[in-house]
Amino acid sequence: MAHDHAADTTHHDDHHGEPAHGIKRWLFATNHKDIGTMYLVFSLTMFFVGGAMAMIIRAELFKPGLQLVDPAFFNQMTTMHALVMIFGAVMPAFVGLANWMIPLQVGAPDMALPRMNNFSFWILPFAFTILLSTLFIPGGAPAGGWTMYPPLFLQGGNYVAMAIFAIHLLGASSIMGAINVIVTIMNMRAPGMNLLKMPLFCWSWLITAYLLIAVMPVLAGAVTMLLTDHYFGTSFFNAAGGGDPVMFEHVFWFFGHPEVYIMILPAFGIISEILPTFSRKPLFGATSMIYAIASIAFLSFIVWGHHMFVDGMPLAAQVFFMMSTMLIAVPTGVKVFNWTATMWKGSLSFEPPMLFALSFLFLFTIGGFSGVMLAIVPVDFQYNQTYFVVAHFHYVLVPGAVFAIMAAVYYWLPKWTGNMYSMGLAKTHFWLSTIFVNVLFFPQHFLGLAGMPRRIPDYAVQFSDWNMVSSIGAFGFGLSQILFVIVIVQCARGGKKASAEVWDGAAPTGLEWTIPSPAPYHSFAVAPELK
Amino acid sequence: MRLIGTVFANTSNGYNLPIGVTDLSKAMYGLHMEVFWICVGIAVVVFGVMIYSLLTFRQSKGAIPDTTMVHSTKVEIIWTIIPVLILVVMAVPAADLILKQEDTRNSELSIRVTGYQWKWQYQYMDAGAGVDFFSTLKQDSNFARQLDSGIDPKSVPNYLLDVDKPLVIPSGTKVRLLLTSMDVIHAWWVPDFGAKRSAIPGYVNELWFKVDPGKEGIYRGQCAALCGRDHGFMPVVVDVRTPDDFKKWVAEQKTAAQQAVAPTVPAPADASPPATAQVIN
Repeated sequence: MAHDHAADTTHHDDHHGEPAHGIKRWLFATNHKDIGTMYLVFSLTMFFVGGAMAMIIRAELFKPGLQLVDPAFFNQMTTMHALVMIFGAVMPAFVGLANWMIPLQVGAPDMALPRMNNFSFWILPFAFTILLSTLFIPGGAPAGGWTMYPPLFLQGGNYVAMAIFAIHLLGASSIMGAINVIVTIMNMRAPGMNLLKMPLFCWSWLITAYLLIAVMPVLAGAVTMLLTDHYFGTSFFNAAGGGDPVMFEHVFWFFGHPEVYIMILPAFGIISEILPTFSRKPLFGATSMIYAIASIAFLSFIVWGHHMFVDGMPLAAQVFFMMSTMLIAVPTGVKVFNWTATMWKGSLSFEPPMLFALSFLFLFTIGGFSGVMLAIVPVDFQYNQTYFVVAHFHYVLVPGAVFAIMAAVYYWLPKWTGNMYSMGLAKTHFWLSTIFVNVLFFPQHFLGLAGMPRRIPDYAVQFSDWNMVSSIGAFGFGLSQILFVIVIVQCARGGKKASAEVWDGAAPTGLEWTIPSPAPYHSFAVAPELK
Repeated sequence: MRLIGTVFANTSNGYNLPIGVTDLSKAMYGLHMEVFWICVGIAVVVFGVMIYSLLTFRQSKGAIPDTTMVHSTKVEIIWTIIPVLILVVMAVPAADLILKQEDTRNSELSIRVTGYQWKWQYQYMDAGAGVDFFSTLKQDSNFARQLDSGIDPKSVPNYLLDVDKPLVIPSGTKVRLLLTSMDVIHAWWVPDFGAKRSAIPGYVNELWFKVDPGKEGIYRGQCAALCGRDHGFMPVVVDVRTPDDFKKWVAEQKTAAQQAVAPTVPAPADASPPATAQVIN
């Protein structure tokens, strides 16, 4: 396919050739693999930025008393940590994986809308430049929590406009990414791949994409009302002007709860790819897995009230939101049982992707248990706004979503780079991460139950011991992630060549394993035949 | 202050919910433990099967995969129905307890609680009508909590959990709090009472508790909703006294308030300068 650029006058043919050189390759990228790589590198960068903020938080909480930062700055750290991790690390990582893998898994030559793909990525660095620069303006960064509840959020200075503009940009980026995923999956599947034959990762992303399109505009509406309340004298949420601060919570969590599943459904897809491969056995109940994801997505729209029980709610609403929330445990349970049944009578081996997937299975389930406990309204009055909640959502987001992303990277990295990575280093990374993530988050259950509120920079002395343990876990977990970068960089530079199937001896299924490793710059120019 | 010797933030053992001193808090604790043990039971079964699979079906042990095992409608129906039943077992007592929590009727003492950045205002109604004061973080904690104060928090009694003037309530009495806020959203929380509710501007939220007779003492909690810079520094302290002691305390407060308003013996005919420095509280 190589052709001479200098002599070429038909520029529209360029994208069928070799990658452009230098910065142009990335700035003008329309290739799904290049854009996927950029998303993943961006996400990893943000993982470290958000991680650094977490280290500041845990360092301040290492012992009682204020030693390092002012309480106002502490609040900026907790707020920005959440915004950076959610919108900068987890969501872009999943979009990056979607970019790389969905065309390869459905046998398409690229994403359906490559230029929009470029746009949706390149919005991100600008959005985060705006968001992160608030740390350096007078008055500082957003400090009212990532939930941006008024009236507290509106007490802020210039960050209000900057953060809201950044969130609008991130929303636009997410919606474009979601449209691209849906159009690609709906229109570009290889002949013969009907929807029920489609890999679970694509399924989970298809459903996630619909969630994104449904709720990102809701967030945009909520923050726009904040903006007009702050700058244009409206009173959507200002009680003194006849507005209603609780209305913001309803609108925000109508976005916020589906958002939680936006961050976990693609993880379900990834685990459903990896467990069968290394169990050498097809996924158990593949169809019910799809139905389970769809029901979780549906339920996610009718449970938002469980974030607001302590804010006062009619009795009937409390009971309704309790029941609907508990119902989520049913499809989630089906998924966990199906994964377990996939391993049953399998032939298991423990390569790094499998190790991370297993860790996901155990630790996500723990997060599920604390989720059921939090759904029980009368006791939620004790748990709500404490470290118990912090422990719960970190269990589903860190050993949940983040471990699934790491499992995916370890699973497909040889396909991307053409090289095997160091199994020893990757396994060390796994063990350190798994041990420290538990040292970090498990004691937070105890802190919450014993009565420590979340989002406080300093605490009563009886919370000292578990906080110190948790902080030690945090430092260990943070440092362990440097190994992750080392493994990836080494692998990108060279190493033992990977075969097309990569996991010889295991049982990887899917079209991505039928093309050579590294995946050629242009794959499936001719649609593959499905056997 | 009275009872300062009984130093505990709450009845928690440091890693579990406090059992507390009200019917509600005990019921919450009971439900919490019930749900916890159900979760432990499920975990033992699910993790047991997972661990058994990990140990038994290993390639290194020569396990041969059974690739025909891909689907079983019967099993899938079973493991959909069983969780539903377990959830019903948890939901019924939970719904029952919600009814109790929401029943604020027939309260014997109502107190209006107003959140401010960063203090609480308590205004008594009913038997305590007229008593009205603010409650803020105690000075020694406030000094120690400054950045690089050099004061060891462990040397401060009840660090961050002590106030200048606690809320005083009678034991054995159904107390109803009416919560609101003058600025941002706060949340009033005393773990031992099983009582937490947000104080929201423009809203009046209700909350009730009845401390068991014989459990008089000091109970401590904190603001539970992020309310700005000093969110971590607006504790809630409640001094529970016997109904008789409470009556005496109310009488003392009223006398003190009158003296504050009129520091000199009032002389009705005296056309003294207007009381510009009048102290309302």
